Order: sequence, then C-alpha cells, then structure tokens
Amino acid sequence: MAKYTLTVNGSQHEVVADPDTPLLWVIRDQIGLTGTKYGCGIAICGACTVHINDQPVRSCTTPVSTVKSSQKITTIEGLSPDLSHPVQKAWIEERVPQCGYCQSGQIMSAVALLRNNPNPTDADIDDFMSANLCRCGTYPRIRKAIHRVAVLAQEGIDD
Amino acid sequence: MLKPAFAHQPPFLMSSKHSTSRRRFLKVTAAAGAYLAIGISPAGRLVAATPGKQPGRLPGAEGETELNSYILITPDNKITLFNPRPEMGQGTWQSMPALIAEELEVRLRDVDIRMTAGAKRHGRQSVGGSGSVRQSWIPLRQVGAAAREMLIQTAAKRWNVPASECSAAYGKVLHPATGKSLPYGALVAEAAQLPVPENPRLKDPKDFKILGKPIARPDVPSKVNGSAIFGIDVQVPGILYASVQHCPVIHGKIVRFNAEAVSAMPGVKHVFKTERKMPHKTVDAVAVVATSYWAAHKGRLALDIEWDNGGFDAIATATYFETARKKAADEPGNAYPDEVGKVRTAFASAAKVVEAVYETPFASHAAMEPVTATAWVQGDQVEIWAPVQSSTGVIEEVAQYLGIPQENVKINVLFMGGSFGRKGYYDFVLEAVHISKQIQAPVKLIWTREDDFNNGPYRPGMINALRGALDARGNLIAWEHKVAGEAIGAQVFGQDISAQADRGSGEAIGQQTSPYAIPNRRQAHVHVPTDIPIVWWRSVYSSTNAFGQECFIDEMAHAAGKDPLDFRLELLQAEPRWTALLNRLAEKSGYRAIRAAGHAIGIAIAHSFGSTAAYAITVSPKGNGVAIDRVICVIDCGMTVNPDTVRAQTEGNAIMALSAAAFPAMTFAGGEAQESNYSQYRLPALRDIPPIEVYIMENGEDPGGVGEPGLPPFTPALFNAVFLATGKRIRRLPVDLENLD
Ligand code: FES
Ligand code: FES
Repeated sequence: MAKYTLTVNGSQHEVVADPDTPLLWVIRDQIGLTGTKYGCGIAICGACTVHINDQPVRSCTTPVSTVKSSQKITTIEGLSPDLSHPVQKAWIEERVPQCGYCQSGQIMSAVALLRNNPNPTDADIDDFMSANLCRCGTYPRIRKAIHRVAVLAQEGIDD
Repeated sequence: MLKPAFAHQPPFLMSSKHSTSRRRFLKVTAAAGAYLAIGISPAGRLVAATPGKQPGRLPGAEGETELNSYILITPDNKITLFNPRPEMGQGTWQSMPALIAEELEVRLRDVDIRMTAGAKRHGRQSVGGSGSVRQSWIPLRQVGAAAREMLIQTAAKRWNVPASECSAAYGKVLHPATGKSLPYGALVAEAAQLPVPENPRLKDPKDFKILGKPIARPDVPSKVNGSAIFGIDVQVPGILYASVQHCPVIHGKIVRFNAEAVSAMPGVKHVFKTERKMPHKTVDAVAVVATSYWAAHKGRLALDIEWDNGGFDAIATATYFETARKKAADEPGNAYPDEVGKVRTAFASAAKVVEAVYETPFASHAAMEPVTATAWVQGDQVEIWAPVQSSTGVIEEVAQYLGIPQENVKINVLFMGGSFGRKGYYDFVLEAVHISKQIQAPVKLIWTREDDFNNGPYRPGMINALRGALDARGNLIAWEHKVAGEAIGAQVFGQDISAQADRGSGEAIGQQTSPYAIPNRRQAHVHVPTDIPIVWWRSVYSSTNAFGQECFIDEMAHAAGKDPLDFRLELLQAEPRWTALLNRLAEKSGYRAIRAAGHAIGIAIAHSFGSTAAYAITVSPKGNGVAIDRVICVIDCGMTVNPDTVRAQTEGNAIMALSAAAFPAMTFAGGEAQESNYSQYRLPALRDIPPIEVYIMENGEDPGGVGEPGLPPFTPALFNAVFLATGKRIRRLPVDLENLD
C-alpha cells in the first residue's frame, strides 16, 4: 500500500492503494466518481476511458502508481457541470444513449478525437471510435453526434 | 430546457444522507395526505391504495413509508410518477411514466420518475419478452386517467360547476368558461379522499400529446455526464467487495483450496466456499471478500484450487451440434400445436422436395456492464441493490433461496448497463446473497468480463432442419421445420417435454405467427439436452428460428424459379398487414429496381413478440465474400410510445443480429468456454456498421413489442443477399462475411 495524490477534474485527492491498482478502481471506489465504467479490464472496450493531460487513456490498465499528481485527470463528470459540453449536447440531441453504460467512454473518446480533429470524416470517426464498444448498438447515432459537434462548432453556435 | 440530470436518477437508499431527506419528504406529504394512491389489483382493476410500511426494511431506514401508488403529488405541485419496469436501455424509464402522464395531463419534463421496489401492490414488475408497453398500455393509462378524473371532480366541486365543463392540462384543472384554474397540488389532498373511478375515460389517440411523439428520453442527460447509477455503481456504507472463482470446467466441484494463504493478503477479509445456484444446477465457487475490489480480485487470482471436473470436461459444443443434427434427422420430434393439413401425403405427391439444415451458435449477451449485485443479509432480513429485469422475480427467488418470507427481502432496482435477457437470470444475485449471508455484511459482487463469458448462461445453439415441397407449377405445398436443441422450458423451468413440444422454442414459426398459406405444414421440437447453461437472449428462439425459416423460404422461391418477394407476397395474400409491410419495404429499399439491375438484395420478414419486422439488405462482393452496403428495416409495431425509441431499438437489434451472425460465437471444448473476453468474442465496432434505415408502419393498431422484433429477420435477409451476390447458401453461423467458404 502506498499513498498517492491524484488531480481529478481540478481537485486533489489523497488515496491509499496498492501500486498496481488500476486507476479505474481508484476513481470509482475511492474517489467515488462512478461515471467511469468497467467493461473488460484489458483495454479493449473503452468503457473506462478518461483523459490524462487531455490524452485518452484506458484507466483499467493504468496502474495508479504511474500517474503523477501533477497530471490532470479528467473523467466524464469533469466535462461540464451542466451538460453544456458540445459533445454532451450533441449526444443529447442525437439521442445516442440506450442503456448508457458505454457512453462515458464513448464521449471521452469523442472529445479526444474532436480535440485533435475538429472536423473528422466518417473514416476518421470509424478509425478512432472503433476502440469503444457498445453492445446496445448506438454506433449510428455516435457517428451522427460527432458530425453534429463538428457542424455546430463551425456554425459558432457553441461559444 | 433540460432538468438537471440528477433529478432522474433511480431512487435507491444507500447513503444515510439520501434516505434521511427522502424519509422527511414522505412524512411531510403523508401528513398532508397529499398523494393519489391508485393501484392496480391483480385482476387488473383500479383500486384505492393506502400507504404501507415498507416491507423488509433494514435498521437505519426505519419509519420510511412507501407509497402504494404510481402518482405522488405534493401541495406545491411536485409530481412524481413511479415506473414499475426496470430500465435496461429499452426505454421504460420514459415509456411507463409517459403512459401515466399522457392521461394525467402533465408533461414528462415536469415530473420526477422513481423506480418501484417490488411491492406486491404494484403487480409484476418485470421486463422481458418485449412486453412492457404492450402490457401496460391500458392499465397505466387508466391510472393516469383515474387520477385526472378525481382532480377534475374535486375542482368542479370547489367551483360549484359541472365536472363536464372542466378539463385538465399541464398539471392544472381548468374551467374555460370562467377562466378559473387550479394546480393539481391544490386539489390533491381532497381528491385523494374520492373513490377511484373504475372505468375512467381514456383519451382518443388523436389527442395524444406525449404518446407517439419522439420526446427526449428523461434518462439521457444522466447518461452523458456519468450521474446515472447502474448496478455496479451502488455505494453502501461499510461495503465489501467480492470476486468469485468458478470452476473453469463448467459445473466442476471444489476439492480443496488455499484459503489461509489468500486470507493473509492485504485487504482480504474472507475466503470461503460459496455457490452459484442456477435453475438446473448448483455449483461450487470460491469467494474472496476484501475491502476493495482490486484486493478481492488479486486475492482471487492468487487462489490455488483443486477441482473435480466430475465428467463435465466432456462438454463440447461440437459434440452438441453433432448430436442435434443427428437427432433432427432421425427423430420426428414433438409437434408444435398448429399443424396444418397432411404433411406426409403432400411430400409423397410433390414434384420437387428441397431439404436444408441450418445451424446457429451459442451466444453471449455480453452486456457492457458485467453481472453484479450488492447484497446485505442481516439475520433473516436481506437488502439487495442490483441491475435486474424483475424486482418481483428477485424477491421471490431470494426469499425461496433463504427460506424467509418475501416481506423480508428488500430490493433496490438500478439501471442495467445492458441485459438482453441475462439480468433476468438471478444466479448472480443469489451468489451475492450467499456470500453476504456468510459474513452478514454488505457485499458487492462483481463478475469479471471473463466470468461473464465463461459461465453464461447463453443463447442456446440450435439446429433448424427444414424440408419443403413444390408441386409441378412451383407452388409451395408442404413444409416441415424441426427445431433441435436445448429448451429453456426444460433447463430453466424444469418442464417435462418428453411427450409434448417445448412451446417457447417454437417462436416466430408455425401458422399462427408466420401465416404463410402453406396447405400442409408441420413444426416440431427435438430436444437436445445439455448442461451448458442457457437462457433467453434478445428475441430468444425467434433469433434462431427465423434464420432457418426465412432463408429456407428463399431457397424454395429460387427452387420454384420465383422472385423471393413475389413468392412471399403470394403466400401472404390473406394477410394485409404483412403484405403492406413487404410492399413498404420494397418501396423504401428500391427492391424492384435493384433486382432488375442484377444487384444482390435479400429480404426476410418475421413476427415475434407482437410485432412484425422485415429487412432488405444489399451487399456487394468483397474479398472472398461480401460487404453490406445498406440495411433497411420496416417494422409494424402498432401504436408507439416513442417512435425514436423504436428506431433506436431496431438499430440495436440489427447490430446485435450482425454480431451473432458474423462475429465470433461461444464455443465449449473440454468443458471449458473457449471465449473469455471481447478480444475473442469480438463485437461489431463502429467501423463494422453499415447505414441502417428504420421505417415504422403508421397505423392505429394495438402496440406490439419493440425491444426484440427487429432482430430475427436481419440475419436471413443478410444471407439471402449473400446468396444472390455469391451463389453461396450460408447455413451455418457465424461466418466471416469477407471470407465465405
Ligand atoms: S474496461 Fe478498460 S477498456 Fe474495457
Ligand atoms: S448504450 Fe448500452 S452499451 Fe452502449
């Protein structure tokens, strides 16, 4: 057991955990942010996606000991306080979620995609988003929602 | 504007903060008498219902009352509607309250929604068989309408005007002649004293403001900001975590294990033998209980268990299918009831007989949320927090399992992170209960993804053996369809099916559900027992039967030298809803033009769970196979609550069907599941999804199911297209679409 300081959604948290504990379980069970989900534990489904310094990572295979306190962790709860993030808005408008379980990861991946590529093609979306699984089959709407973010951004509707 | 998402979380009473505020709220309202307590009796009649003490309440939540109603209105006009049907993505979090709200004349955005908790007076609180809207369409609308009439009556009396001059809208009673209005909150205390009208007048569908409209789902905001609480998310003070090791050879027994060594690991509190009780078998497992999930998981990985495989290592899916094929060929099977004409004679007189055998694999539900349940047993009381398809079902099973009265079981139903049938099989809930019982502490059991794949239950693998006969003019004169495989009726429900057909396995086929005018027709079930655990899986046997039937109808059309659409239309002349659906499909897909141009377009139609769906799928050659270009679905599900949910469910059905048809299946060898995670049981990803268009037949028919009927006809439509594109008739699934041999 060791002590770690994590910076999650702008606030610092002291946690005590085994060094090999995946960041996923620290975020969920110790910090209490349960929006980040467990789906596979082997970095294949994307349900556990969070950002570290704005880069998407699979928290299920990221040992807590590898995360520095200076690094900025963002979870789904940190996207906006009021559903105002453009990706959240697009997700609501396109009615993407069904069961909703995969959606935190989908959204975190989409935010990362759009950060580097604000106007992705279908092929870009396919490439980037195919590492996030959804058993309910919301894929057609995910594609639409990502395009919608791009369109809204271009029209300057989102600040 | 959207309400803040937290307003829509399902109610569960886990933290003391939470339960205190709710308790106070209920006391205040109860003191004011300000709720409309309307229940539905088991006979389906509306009844006045009185608030009762919550059964099975554990210490700490004492004094809390549960309201025996679907509607709660406070004096300050806060309206709460109770949803009796667990949410798993299919939309009951909206559809059930919508039925009440429509008749109550309130907007969905103005109400809070809460989950019921299995109290008897709310009736059966289950989801499955795509039944929620179909079964609640009238009763829950009656609940809303009765409340509306009571509120109107109260206002009319207060204003001294006839009730017939009053109306209700947006949470108020109005008297248009005088311009008077009163919010429901001002009327509810008095209205609650009135007798509940037995036959309230239901609105004419043309006046619907909510039903049939694509209104935003109230659960969606909470599902884009992480605030929705799924089963795996529940937090209870003092909670411990359990990870469980089952025998790799399914059903194996424990000989011994290293309890001491693992108990000494950091965070590990208990290591002991537990059990997994399935309907057909109870098997051993080792539970590691720890202060964190990771500690439990690491302890579990450090287990050294000696197993007795008990002969179960002979289980193999290859052997099962071999047996099933042989039995389907050799045995007549038990006929399903709707046999038509003289099948044997007709075959004997046929000009041409065609035979084919279709095989569909075992399939995992693979819901993204693994199975998980939190249980807290204290003496003869138990409280459960779980993502389950039925609160009432869990209460019954847990009470029976523990030998305690049902009143001693309290269930908090949480959002399911997908289910598809899996979370209506309560082995995991009983396992959590068994573990908590040993230590009398709250325990969250989480199965790993590998546990889910390795232990099932699964959709049963099936053989569909078909025979068809044509006369000299190419008319289909006889048909025989044998369904061979394990029966849920037998394995899950323990029914004796030795002398009669297992009814459930005859879904989607037979004269009643598939009304092709074939003068001589027989469908039969051939039982192939297996110990591999099976259960319903989105559209269940319809998903496997429709593949056989609708591919074989296609085979018969080609054998008769007729176009597959024309062949079906001919056989369905007496069925206007079916022909209308097929004609719409032809129109939306451009079927005739595509056929005329010589491109590959496959179609199929099937009726399941009260609705009929048909697909047209176009494919082009790719690699040593095909790529799907476009998927068109038309569904006739009668009146809808939310057409957008119908579209979403149908898109999901198409993708789940694609998964079962063209992505890896579950297989067993040496008694062990061969697929353990998404790396092996690959799911379709975004790049695998072709354009999908969904059209809904608009008619005033009674609502049918929505969660499943869009699945079965996808697969046969796809492989009927594959046949046109490649000349290959695919009869054994799954396949790699781009590499067909
Ligand atoms: S849980 Fe991390 S990728 Fe699946
Ligand atoms: S919405 Fe259910 S898994 Fe994606």
